[in-house]
Parts: sequence; structure tokens; C-alpha cells
Amino acid sequence: MKELIEKLVSAYGPSGFEDAVREIIRPEVEAYADEIRVDALGNLIVRKQGDGSGRRVMVAAHMDEIGVMVTHVTREGFLRFTNIGGVFVHHLMGSRVQFADGTTGVVYGEKLEDRSKVHPLSKHYIDVGASSREDVPVAVGAAAAFVGPFEQQGELYIAKSLDDRIGCAIAIAALQRLEATPHDLYVVFSVQEEVGTRGAQAAANAIEPEIGLAIDVTGTGDTPGAAEMAVELGKGTAIKAKDRDMIAHAGLVQLMRQRAGEAGIPYQMEVLEPGSTDARSIQIAGAGSAAGAISVPCRYVHSQSEVVHAGDVENSVRLLVELLSRPIDL
Amino acid sequence: MNDLLQKLTEAVGVSGDEKQVRLLIRDLIDGHVDEWRVDALGNLIALKKGSGASGLRVLVDAHMDEVGMMITGADSDGTLRFEAVGGISPPALLGKVVQVGPKQLPGMIGARPIHLLDAGQRNRNVKIDDMRIDIGAKKKEEAERKVSAGDRATFLTRYEESGRVALGKAFDNRAGCAALIELLRGEPFPFDLYAVFSVQEEVGLRGAQAAAFGVRPDVALVLESTPAYDLPNERDVSPNVVMGRGASLYVMDAGTIQDPRLVSHLMRTADDNNIPYQIRQPGGGGTNTAVIQRAGGAVSAATIATPTRYAHAPTSMINLDDFGHVVQLAQAALRNLDAAVLQR
Repeated sequence: MKELIEKLVSAYGPSGFEDAVREIIRPEVEAYADEIRVDALGNLIVRKQGDGSGRRVMVAAHMDEIGVMVTHVTREGFLRFTNIGGVFVHHLMGSRVQFADGTTGVVYGEKLEDRSKVHPLSKHYIDVGASSREDVPVAVGAAAAFVGPFEQQGELYIAKSLDDRIGCAIAIAALQRLEATPHDLYVVFSVQEEVGTRGAQAAANAIEPEIGLAIDVTGTGDTPGAAEMAVELGKGTAIKAKDRDMIAHAGLVQLMRQRAGEAGIPYQMEVLEPGSTDARSIQIAGAGSAAGAISVPCRYVHSQSEVVHAGDVENSVRLLVELLSRPIDL
Repeated sequence: MNDLLQKLTEAVGVSGDEKQVRLLIRDLIDGHVDEWRVDALGNLIALKKGSGASGLRVLVDAHMDEVGMMITGADSDGTLRFEAVGGISPPALLGKVVQVGPKQLPGMIGARPIHLLDAGQRNRNVKIDDMRIDIGAKKKEEAERKVSAGDRATFLTRYEESGRVALGKAFDNRAGCAALIELLRGEPFPFDLYAVFSVQEEVGLRGAQAAAFGVRPDVALVLESTPAYDLPNERDVSPNVVMGRGASLYVMDAGTIQDPRLVSHLMRTADDNNIPYQIRQPGGGGTNTAVIQRAGGAVSAATIATPTRYAHAPTSMINLDDFGHVVQLAQAALRNLDAAVLQR
């Protein structure tokens, strides 16, 4: 699984431009699909028909990552940019970005009068080493992802875009391990989550599931001076009770805890205050669904060095397989 | 003189009350479409049947509504209180001539003459709450006989041309409507084309959301107007778009990341046909494309716009060649739109 995770996080895929990620995922899941298609937005939708006795279930893991997009090329060949998704200004100075054609850029900012402050996005720029506007290999509208190569240290995986390539890896592993399911299962590798859970919204409108589950990262409260949060790295998969935009279906949460308990899967309860997932859109699409999420505890979310624990990843796969193998009666 | 732009920009249709514009457009497309209907929100949805060569369902949208004002009540002195409908910058309102209500009564948004303002007042930004529309009524009863709360008002602006430049109100989005009408006036396309003249875009993309849900297209193109912030141009910053530089293509705005396959198709078509174009500055703003793309199932969608200076103000400005290039590009891109364009 580690090799797959490394391949996934290394791929280029800012919101709206997920093709390369999808091309890695598709061969991994094709053999396990009864039906497979790509919709107009680029969502990869894998259907596994059950035996008719279950529910219509949609599982979503998003392929896109945050990034930046060029808004203006200056006369001197520097690039002004805007954010794609939730980019924290604090992560920008000295970071590197990479465009689809492989061009690398260094992100820096204008002179800071007061080094205890941070410039807004508009006072940053990308340097691709050009000497003038004519020299620049990319144009206004070009999208770039951050650079943050994969490393493993002990039980920890460190990389950019673990949010949510780790969710994709978990969904792939679950599909591969799932022997049988009673449910009409749609596993959606979704697009454009980072800009507003847009792919999941469109996919859920088309699928009209009864049950919705997102597989995504969540924060942790276990680092110095962290915002208070019960989730810790290495303490198990996280079952989401609530996040900023969704209250998980109480019956579904109860069932997830029950399944985890019965199978001896270490888990922790999660409340995420600052963020959300695809499940928020699945919950209110069409006539609505019972929605929840299986979360992977992750430090430094949206930085170039996100960190997850291999044990938590494995336990997330186990819980997802357990949930999908057995009835979901709420 | 561009008759179409003149008629469309002088018509009155503030968000939520687009009937006059809709009736005008219905007359203008008569004979060029096979069917038309008006939905519950007032969207005009017309079908131009294709030659049968392609099974694609294509939607082209242009919103009919303009930003404006709504009367909220009358003061005892006969002047009218109002609020903005859609986004209007308050400084743009003072001293402007308006037309009010279904009878389009002329009036003015009062501004205190400069010789009655002291230095502090000259610099103060007046809030809309403190502005009044004066239709010349002497008292409240007279005002209420002529105009009701809920009546809308818009600017009284005459369409003018000067060289390649046109001045008028509501190029946002009568320019888009005009472009769509030009498309409908041509020969049938290979596919069925659903032209949606939508309502209430300026107050939250509302009409298009419902219309797209009803049409369920495979592909959608939205024709719009986008602000040109190209003056003054000494500083090396993005102008959003530049007037005179051609049709503007969107890659990303705050509401939508346009389908890269369609964006490529538009760029290739423009290059192949020598149609000047520019990429609108990514990041801010929003269009009906956002709701059409995903309010139902997924739809491939893109946006083309006419650069417009001074949008959402009493008089805005476009370059007629830019407008022509928008029509040309939409025309060419639709004519060679086929399933191969959507291949991954």
C-alpha cells in the first residue's frame, strides 16, 4: 500500500485538473468494478452491485489537492497568483510549486517591513527563473500544486496532498479487499472538493444515495499549543460526529462504533471545528441521505508536509470494509 | 448602429421583473427557434433543433436581468426610499437619472449640490439608506399614487456609439443576450441547442439553477459580460480583462473551475480562426456557470464574456469588435463541438 500512497501523493492534481490522479486510480480499481465511468466533471465512479438486500451507498474520497493559479505575468517575468482551495498564507514564503508541464516555481513575497507579520496572498509571487514576460513558460490560468515529496519515518507518512490521496488509497484498498457486499455501492473518486465539495455534489445528485460516507483527513490536537481536539495520531481511525458543515447521522455513527468494537478496530471519536468533507454535500443532495465520515488523523493539514500514521490508515481500511460487508440498518 | 444592442440595453428588466426584456427577446428570436417556453421563474427557454448529426444536448445561457433598485417606501416629502437589487457601488448612484416602476417614470437620485456641502461632507461616502429618488411628487400620497413599494427602478441611459465603442446601461448582460440571439439567428447546429435567457442572476444565479435542472444538458456555454479594469494602466497588475483585446475566456472564477476540455477547445478554435481572445483573471467573481455545472448531475461547462468597462454603473462601455469576436468564437466553437472534444 505504501507504494500506491507514494504514487498518489506525488501526482499533480489541483482542483479542476485531476486527470493524472484518476489515471493512477483507474487501473487499481477496474477489476473490482461492475460498472465504471467518468462523469462530465471528472469524478471517477466505481459501482459494485450488491445482492439487492442492502442500501444504495456512496463513498467519496477526493482526488484533488489545494494549489495556486496564475493571475498575471509581470513585465519582468514573475507570476502573481490566486489560491485554489484553502491555502494558508503562512505556508507560502520559500515554498515550491510545480505546474502541469513540470516547471518548478519558488514562491516568495515583497519586502516585509515588519517580519512579525505575514503578507496577504496578493503580495506574493512565483519565480520560475524567467527574465521577462516573453520568457515565461506558463500563462495566466495555469494551475500549480505544492511540492512536498513523500517520506516514511517509522510509522509516519509525510507528504503533500495526503489530504486526500490517503483517502483515495483507503478506498482503493477497501474495494480490493471487499469480498462481498449486500449494498449497491458507488465509490466515487471525486473532483473539486477543496473548492467547495463540488464534484461530490454533482455525483450525489446523479446517484441519489441513501447512505453517504466521506473518507478524508481530519486534524489532531496532539501537537504543542494545538487547538483543542480529541483526535491523536496513532490512536486509531476516526469516526466523525460533526464538522464545520455537517452533523453526522447519529444512527450511522452508532453503527460505525458498533462495527469497530465488534471487529476489534481501534477508533477515536472526532469533532472537527474548522473544516468539512464531501459528506456535507452528499447529505443534502437530492432528497438527502444518512451521512457520515471515516477520517484519517492528520497533522499539518494543507501544508507541504502533512503527516499520518500507517496504523490509522490500515484501521480506516478495516473499518470501511467491515461497514460495507455487512448490513446498514438505521 | 447595432440595433440589437440598442433595443436590448434600453429595455428594462431588473432582477425578478424581467418580463419586458423577455417579451422583446421572444420577438427577436421568433422564426429562428422551433419551440419556446417560459418556466415558473420567468426563464425563457427556447429550442433550436439540430440537423441530427449529433446527439449532444447543449445549453447556452445568457441572463436577462440587470442590477437596479427597488422602491421600499415614500417619505412625507414625496421622495422615495430604495434599496439596491444586485451589486451597485453607492457612489455610482448620486445624481443619476432613473426610470421608476412599470410606467417608467423619470426621476433622479438626489445629491446635495456642491455649494451646499462643507469640506467634511464632500469627502463622505453617502449610504444608500440616505439617498432618495425624486420623481417630483410633492407629498407622500402623490408619490404612492404613482409608484408602489416593490416597484423597481433602473438607470435612464440611452445607447450611443462612438467609433468602435458603445455606451449604454446593462451590457451586463444584454451583451450576452445579444450574442445568444445572434447564435440563434444562424443556421441550425449539428445538435439540439437549448437557449436559456435566464432570470435573477444578479441576486444569486437563481434562474439558471432551475433552468439547467429542467434541461439537463451534456454541455453548457454561458455568455456574459466581465469587468475591464484596464484604466489607468501604468501599474503592472492584472486588469482582469482589457477592452479591445478580444473575447474573454474563463479558466476559473470564485464559483467555477471551467471544464479544461472546453477551455482548450475554445482556445484552439480561436487560434484556428484568428479570433482575438484573452484569459480573464482567475479568482474572483461568479457566473451562472457555477450552478449549471453542478446543480443537477455533472455538466461540462465554460464561459465567454465581452469585456465591459464601468459595469454595474449607470453607463458602461464595450468595444463592438470584442462583442463581435465573442459571437464569432461562440459560433465557431459550437459548430465544431463534437464528442471528440470531450474525450479524456
